[in-house]
Amino acid sequence: MNSLTVAALLLVFLGLAYQQGWSLSRRLATPEGRLHSRPAYHGSLVAIWTVAPALLILALWALFGNTASRAFIIANLPAELADQPASVIEPAIQRVRQIASGFGVAGDVQPYETAAGQALRQFQVIMSATVLAAAAAFAALSLYFARRRVALRLQARNEVERLVGYLLLACSAVAVLTTLGIVLSLVFEAARFFTFVSPADFFFGTVWNPRFSTTGAGSGQYGLLPLLWGTVMVAAIAMFVALPIGLMTAIYLSQYARPRVRNFVKPVIEILAGIPTIVYGFFALVTVGPFLASAGAAVGIDIRATSALTAGIVMGIMIIPFISSLSDDILRQVPRAMIDGSIGLGATRSETIKRVVLPAALPGIVGAFLLAVSRAIGETMIVVLAAGNSPFLRANPGEPISTVTVTIVNQLTGDQDFASPQSLVAFALGLTLFVMTLFLNMAALYIVRRFREQYE
Amino acid sequence: MTHNQETDTAAMNMSTSQFIEDQVTGSSRQLNEMKTRVTARDVNVFYGAKQALFDVSVNVPDKSVIAFIGPSGCGKSTFLRCLNRMNDTIEGCRVEGEIRLDGQDVYDPKIDVVELRARVGMVFQKPNPFPKSIFENVAYGPKIHGLASNKTDLEEIVVTSLKKASLFEEVKDRLHEPGTGLSGGQQQRLCIARAIAVSPEVILMDEPCSALDPIATAKIEELIDELRANFTIAIVTHSMQQAARVSQRTAFFHLGVLVEEGPTEQIFTAPSDKRTQDYVTGRFG
Ligand SMILES: Nc1ncnc2c1ncn2[C@@H]1O[C@H](COP(=O)(O)OP(=O)(O)O)[C@@H](O)[C@H]1O
Ligand SMILES: [Mg+2]
Repeated sequence: MNSLTVAALLLVFLGLAYQQGWSLSRRLATPEGRLHSRPAYHGSLVAIWTVAPALLILALWALFGNTASRAFIIANLPAELADQPASVIEPAIQRVRQIASGFGVAGDVQPYETAAGQALRQFQVIMSATVLAAAAAFAALSLYFARRRVALRLQARNEVERLVGYLLLACSAVAVLTTLGIVLSLVFEAARFFTFVSPADFFFGTVWNPRFSTTGAGSGQYGLLPLLWGTVMVAAIAMFVALPIGLMTAIYLSQYARPRVRNFVKPVIEILAGIPTIVYGFFALVTVGPFLASAGAAVGIDIRATSALTAGIVMGIMIIPFISSLSDDILRQVPRAMIDGSIGLGATRSETIKRVVLPAALPGIVGAFLLAVSRAIGETMIVVLAAGNSPFLRANPGEPISTVTVTIVNQLTGDQDFASPQSLVAFALGLTLFVMTLFLNMAALYIVRRFREQYE
Repeated sequence: MTHNQETDTAAMNMSTSQFIEDQVTGSSRQLNEMKTRVTARDVNVFYGAKQALFDVSVNVPDKSVIAFIGPSGCGKSTFLRCLNRMNDTIEGCRVEGEIRLDGQDVYDPKIDVVELRARVGMVFQKPNPFPKSIFENVAYGPKIHGLASNKTDLEEIVVTSLKKASLFEEVKDRLHEPGTGLSGGQQQRLCIARAIAVSPEVILMDEPCSALDPIATAKIEELIDELRANFTIAIVTHSMQQAARVSQRTAFFHLGVLVEEGPTEQIFTAPSDKRTQDYVTGRFG
């Protein structure tokens, strides 16, 4: 269906309905009878009631149109093909769709496919015209009824207010439902994985060796611990780098920097936050890794170019702006009156920061720290490139390691059979990661909120 | 009775010579014989290009209360903040002229601002206790200035300061609970105790009662009257009744100019300037 036509149709109805409601209500107003609501509200109300049913029709088509066309294709395929299992019938349906779309398909086209394709094309043209007509008819009908409701005492203002509330609710429902959908799919796929591998072997196994799906299902070892250990080690190194630098930057920016310096430094730091992580990744791979290796060699420590240390340091640099801008906001929320109180007692600036500002801001900073940790845990590109991808339990940060995120990438890239444990394990790993970051974020938000309440 | 006890403990905390001097001069002290603690000469203050104070000259007499009154925005707080150099913390604020504390130039580049602020304490408009315990709030100043050599000393300073601020009886059972949990009036008295704890010579108060209810206000006013025995107090207030109740001298500011300064009764009953007359009779501001 041509989405431009649909948009134009909706816009025309929107404008028309608004204009109708507006002018109609204006004509009703007389010196004796005042309108309850301003004409703009009557216009908005009529417009909403006109467009909403049409939108509903279009939404239904968007939801079920695919199912309808699928049923149509199957009906048009030869009977013996329609009885085949899904693995045969799905590609056939796909081919028909491609023929209908005019892009063509690879290989010889069977006569029945051409026929089905053409039929589908016609079906689509007719259906979209029907839906469009239905939407237009509904819009016109509801415009008629909405117009009739316009009256002097109609509380259009209150009604618009209520409808706007529903609209906003619907929008936030989209976000919530999406999250729910993702979580559910993670849970179900992870449950499928656990039919191959027992949860105990997964959560407490110390060996990670999934093999390849071609060598037979269930033959690998799926121990989470080496990956978890890698994740924790890289995140810890990152926080070790990011926390002091980020926090001190924030203290400087919020307490010492003159406005002019601040207005220059803050955006520059925020640019750092805008660099794509893949860029940090090859910065780690090409620059930091070799540098660390040669620096290590110079003092007699064996550091590999791709190691937990390389990935951790670069990830720390990536997180600095995150910590500094969050902490800066929090430090600036410490009331000026409190700082003045300390300065007024003769404390120096640094004494004030140490004894008043930081303790007051501590919960907020802890919150920022936890949010940063959850980012470090979920970070992927830097570790893919710079951590060495070596899933073994090793204590030495100079050695390569692997992390949960890297392993998910490994298990899902390449030609994989999505029913094998080798692929399904990615969902179990993802679920683990999700639960970890969920708890960190919840703790962080809770702490930050407590802190906000302290200063009204 | 309690009044006497408190002034006694307060007195004990001071040097003996000062104590005797107070005893001798205390009761017979006359307003016009008072020693001057702070002198300001031709003070001009600018916020960036905007001038907020114009050639303000005033003397703050020792061991008494001076009130700064005037319509809002006339520069009372600005002037008060000059006296302990709190204006230094405001970006773009520039102070010209001469301010002396006991003859010592406050704006001398060589002066130790930290020490100055310990000598000139400040109480703010809105009670601003630190989010720490009541004890820690009062102990804050003595700790940073190293006034107590051990824990017992520190406890004694805290208790005497709380007593001097007439707060001890109300909080003695919960010294280790957060200061932010007190009522507004108690918080303000805690802030006064906090300022007293570093034994300042002068206490600046910027509308200390404007966020408080009438009962809490009455308590603070009573307290200010008691504190006068040991401290020099400069108070900014927008309430003329309050100025009349607590101060011995009053200075009236208008549009950044010090219009008139003199004994409080005189300012309120027989002002020499027309603008003062209009203000105290409630004709503007
Ligand atoms: N931080 C500041 N920056 C710029 N102008 C200020 C600042 N503080 C006060 N002013 C200006 O200085 C003048 C005097 O202010 P203030 O001393 O606060 O008056 P008051 O305490 O008598 O109400 C006002 O015009 C005010 O706008
Ligand atoms: Mg003021």
